[in-house]
Amino acid sequence: MTDFTKPTIEYSYLAPLLVVFAIACLGVLVEAFVPRKHRFLVQASLAIGGVLLTMAATIAVAYKLKEHGDASTGAGARGIVGSMGTVVVDGPSVFLWGLILVFALGGCLLFAERRLEGGVSAFAGQAAALPGTEAERRAAGLDHTEVYPLLLFAVMGMMLFPASGDLITMFVALEVLSLPLYLLCGLARRRRLLSQEAALKYFVLGAFSSGFFLYGVALTYGFAGSMNLGDINEAVRNDASNQTLMLIGLGMLAVGLLFKVGAAPFQAWTPDVYQGAPTAVTAFMSAATKTAAFGAIMRLFYVAFGADRWSWQPMMWVVAILSMLVGAVLAVTQRDVKRMLAYSAIAHTGFLLTGVLGVQSAGELSKGQLTSMQAVLFYLVTYGVSALGAFAVVSLVRDSAGEQSALNRWAGLGKHSPLVAGVFALFLLGLAGIPLTSGFIGKWAVFEVAMSSGAWPVVIVGVISSMIAAYIYVYVIVVMFFRDPEPGVAAYVVHPSVMTSATIAVGAAATLVLGIIPGPVLNLAGVAGQFLR
Amino acid sequence: MFPQLLPQLFAGHEGGAIPVVDPSSADGAFGLLWLVVALPALGALVLLAVAPFTRGAVDKWGHLLGALLPVGSFLVSLLLFLQLLGRDEGDRQVSQHLWNWFEVGGLKVGFDLLYDPLSALFLLLITGVGSLIHIYSIGYMEHDARRRRFFGYLNLFVAAMLMLVLSGNFLGLFLGWEGVGLASYLLIGFWQHKHSAAAAAKKAFIVNRVGDIGLSLGVALMFATFGSTDFSVISENAAGASETTLTVLGLLLLLAACGKSAQVPLQSWLLDAMEGPTPVSALIHAATMVTAGVYLIVRSNFIFELAPHAQTVVVIVAVVTLLWGAIIGCAKDDIKKALAGSTMSQIGYMMLGAGLGVAGYAFAIFHLLTHGFFKANMFLGAGSVMHGMDDDVDMRHYGALDKAMPVTFLTFAMGYLAIIGFPGFSGFWSKDKIIETALADNWVVGVLAILGAGITAFYMTRLMLMTFFTEKRWEKGVHPHESPQVMTVPLIVLAALSVLGGVMLLGDWIVDFLAPVTGTAAHEEPPIPAIAVTLIVVAVVAAGVATAWFLVGKRDVPRTAPTDVSFATRAARQDLYGDAINDTLVVLPGGALVRSLTSIDKVGVDGVVEGGSAGIGGLGLILRRAQNGYVRSYALSLLGGALLVVLALLAVNLS
Repeated sequence: MTDFTKPTIEYSYLAPLLVVFAIACLGVLVEAFVPRKHRFLVQASLAIGGVLLTMAATIAVAYKLKEHGDASTGAGARGIVGSMGTVVVDGPSVFLWGLILVFALGGCLLFAERRLEGGVSAFAGQAAALPGTEAERRAAGLDHTEVYPLLLFAVMGMMLFPASGDLITMFVALEVLSLPLYLLCGLARRRRLLSQEAALKYFVLGAFSSGFFLYGVALTYGFAGSMNLGDINEAVRNDASNQTLMLIGLGMLAVGLLFKVGAAPFQAWTPDVYQGAPTAVTAFMSAATKTAAFGAIMRLFYVAFGADRWSWQPMMWVVAILSMLVGAVLAVTQRDVKRMLAYSAIAHTGFLLTGVLGVQSAGELSKGQLTSMQAVLFYLVTYGVSALGAFAVVSLVRDSAGEQSALNRWAGLGKHSPLVAGVFALFLLGLAGIPLTSGFIGKWAVFEVAMSSGAWPVVIVGVISSMIAAYIYVYVIVVMFFRDPEPGVAAYVVHPSVMTSATIAVGAAATLVLGIIPGPVLNLAGVAGQFLR
Repeated sequence: MFPQLLPQLFAGHEGGAIPVVDPSSADGAFGLLWLVVALPALGALVLLAVAPFTRGAVDKWGHLLGALLPVGSFLVSLLLFLQLLGRDEGDRQVSQHLWNWFEVGGLKVGFDLLYDPLSALFLLLITGVGSLIHIYSIGYMEHDARRRRFFGYLNLFVAAMLMLVLSGNFLGLFLGWEGVGLASYLLIGFWQHKHSAAAAAKKAFIVNRVGDIGLSLGVALMFATFGSTDFSVISENAAGASETTLTVLGLLLLLAACGKSAQVPLQSWLLDAMEGPTPVSALIHAATMVTAGVYLIVRSNFIFELAPHAQTVVVIVAVVTLLWGAIIGCAKDDIKKALAGSTMSQIGYMMLGAGLGVAGYAFAIFHLLTHGFFKANMFLGAGSVMHGMDDDVDMRHYGALDKAMPVTFLTFAMGYLAIIGFPGFSGFWSKDKIIETALADNWVVGVLAILGAGITAFYMTRLMLMTFFTEKRWEKGVHPHESPQVMTVPLIVLAALSVLGGVMLLGDWIVDFLAPVTGTAAHEEPPIPAIAVTLIVVAVVAAGVATAWFLVGKRDVPRTAPTDVSFATRAARQDLYGDAINDTLVVLPGGALVRSLTSIDKVGVDGVVEGGSAGIGGLGLILRRAQNGYVRSYALSLLGGALLVVLALLAVNLS
């Protein structure tokens, strides 16, 4: 038996993870010890302050990474493999951390919105009270302030997910990010049955897919004899003996991750969950979960299985094509804005996977071409801000029963609330990828990298499905601006507090600015460089 | 990579001197170039984005602003044009770099404008005809409550169209391309309270998306091949690319051109697009936007010159379309649809010119300009007629309007003489040149083009007779009257241009002027002398006019369309079954696909939500029932997906 060695932990590099975790734990204590009437203020400011603090820590780490040399000229990767090989802090990790934190900040602000419901948050007053009972009525004026620590725990999982250095850490991160989300999905104040239904579905299916992931971990360990991504890479390079085991393991791992990003054929949960969850949660989830999970997908496939690209690329081609087509075609048939956005999320997953198909290492590229990492990171930025903003706008359109996302109720919105309808139209154009919005550059980037790695059939499907999907986006715009409202049933816009307004304004500005001058962010994604192997 | 994966379909190509786009940077007056686009863009911004917040203040003067800005744009264009004429022939390409759109490593896409003889002519056409149509619209839309919005859309269109022809790279061109598509969609559906208008807008949008696929893929392929979309870079390096790549690129660009320019097989939207207000039909669906496809092909000459097979396909598409449109034009009783058929057909002539290569490019643009004049003239004339006839478009309800609307009649007649190619009028010169070039290239194509000219003469004469001559067939209570001056003055200007447009050919001016862009062709003698060609064309046109005179002018025109007609007439009335073909080949299979996908989705997903409106009690019931079944089916689909993934991995790798 070998000697026990004391683990080394690089605290300064892991500071962002530790800070967000500490603040979340503090939130739990606040929940226990602070009187109810002060909790909202304390929790909300703790969460927002915590996210800001974590951002500062992340920026500090980013500056520390600079000392490791310049990625664009050097070998393309810099950073450290910390905590005995379990956490990898490199350029892409830090970029994704920053992005997740931006979405988390937007999420916190949307969670803290209390004007829309007339002084209470969008979350159930008392989750344990059965819908339609006296207990629920008594809880009407209350707030669940646990949502803030839950959000922060999820953020911690999301940050760990793409930074995992081995499969066990990745699995733990997957669970840490998922469990709080399952809970948050079930906490809607209105339409609680739908919300609880969504949460349970998400949980059951999520647990099922986690099972696949775990099984994949076991098989891969059987093949490589190690959990470490670097060691798996060695085994894939050198050991051709047990190909079947490796392939099945790879497939199982892929299932777990593709489920999280909502790729077809694992997309079934997405529309229900996106629709049932409180809109603030949907907004946060659609942007941040996708970011974290795509980071993990790229780390797994580029670092651990990068040497065997040809074995998984055909499968990825199929999944990308299916996701784009299913998402775009079914989005066109939707008549509910939230569901439409959910299907559009599936299509965008397909576009992102198209980017994943690109060439990975800078050495294979001629000067000036994008790496696929750069393209995917940039796409995550563009999609995330548009999706977050679009869902935030959805939360403003209401009628007496709460939010109203049926499309026919949105008719005439452009007439009585031109600003809100205009901003929503901007987000839709961004999602559609119309030139001069961020979405266009994002699509161009992922198509370009896929094209230069020879995946042109996927690109053709991509172009066709973005054309198909554009139809529903434009249709929504037409309904808002040109359809006369049906008398008596038209939804109206409730004016939000500065929290939601700020989120929407930042999202809209980013959608526009990234379309006109995308250079700085594209460059930043380039500077992030490659994964440390 | 893409080209290598395709089999080598074709081999070998003859080289040629293709002009390289090599602009100098803008100085002096050319610094104003950006203003040309910025003025109408500003108008669109004010009228569409700012005005809703001014509580109707802008509604009072919005249309004046909307008309004034394109005029300003026209004045700048004119100034630039004069400056350009003052320069040496070799120095007539100017580019203005506005800002870097994006820049990563060595890859740079700039927001660049390119001003050269080709874009100079387009600028004058778009802003000139555009200004006239804006002015005309002040009168035409006088009683429309949403007039401000209408002018906002028109300004948006003009800005996007100018962007399209001014951009120095294909990405900026794509931006303008999407912009004009959006504006066209909004304007076709402007009277959305009419169901037919909404449907037409949707159709135009969808068909155009098919064409846009071609352009997006083309741009992507250019990036992959040349690492840039700048005209200058591609024109310099095109000779280095494989011919297969260039052929594919050419075909993709042709697909794009077919969508925007309503060429077969993507022609079906144009006739329906006539649901839009008539000034829109004149500006967008006759004079400018629909000719964007011709612009695209002429602009991409450096690609097509090296891809002769793609050029051949362009010629085939063009000839089919010019006959297709002409035949449709013969059977339509709706005056705007007859004109739309004729637009299709005339754009076919332009495409034919563009497909003929260096010898034809300049004539394609020449015909595009003259067509812009006479077709805008006739559309506005048709609008004036409709204005006087209470918006009736059926020519069977017209007749003998020459006395009631003298100005409209006379100006329309000028357009008519121009389009049939009456000697001396603008259309005569431009069409004749294309036919001559076509004959020199391939006699079958030439003969078909001459035949098309005969049919054109027939249907235009028919239209003329049914509208202005023969006896009155007016509806009760209709009192035709001449339109106000704000509408007739633009008509007079356009009529003058229709007559005089031919001067551009004096001393081969337009050919020489465009030579820096399109190249200089070696002179090729047609198989028969040019004067003989001209005489034959005139004779065929005369035969067409005479046929119309005997079939329409000498007989009574029934007030309702006769139904006992030949198969040919029925087919032409149905747009040669263009919609039926689309339905069978695309819509039905597509619909079936969507329906089956939807039903899968419904079984699995939608059941829960559909019940949502049934009230909380019902919802609870449904949800409880749903809870058992649906998660299971989701889980099943997840399992199926997992199996699929694993099996796919094994199948690909272990086989």
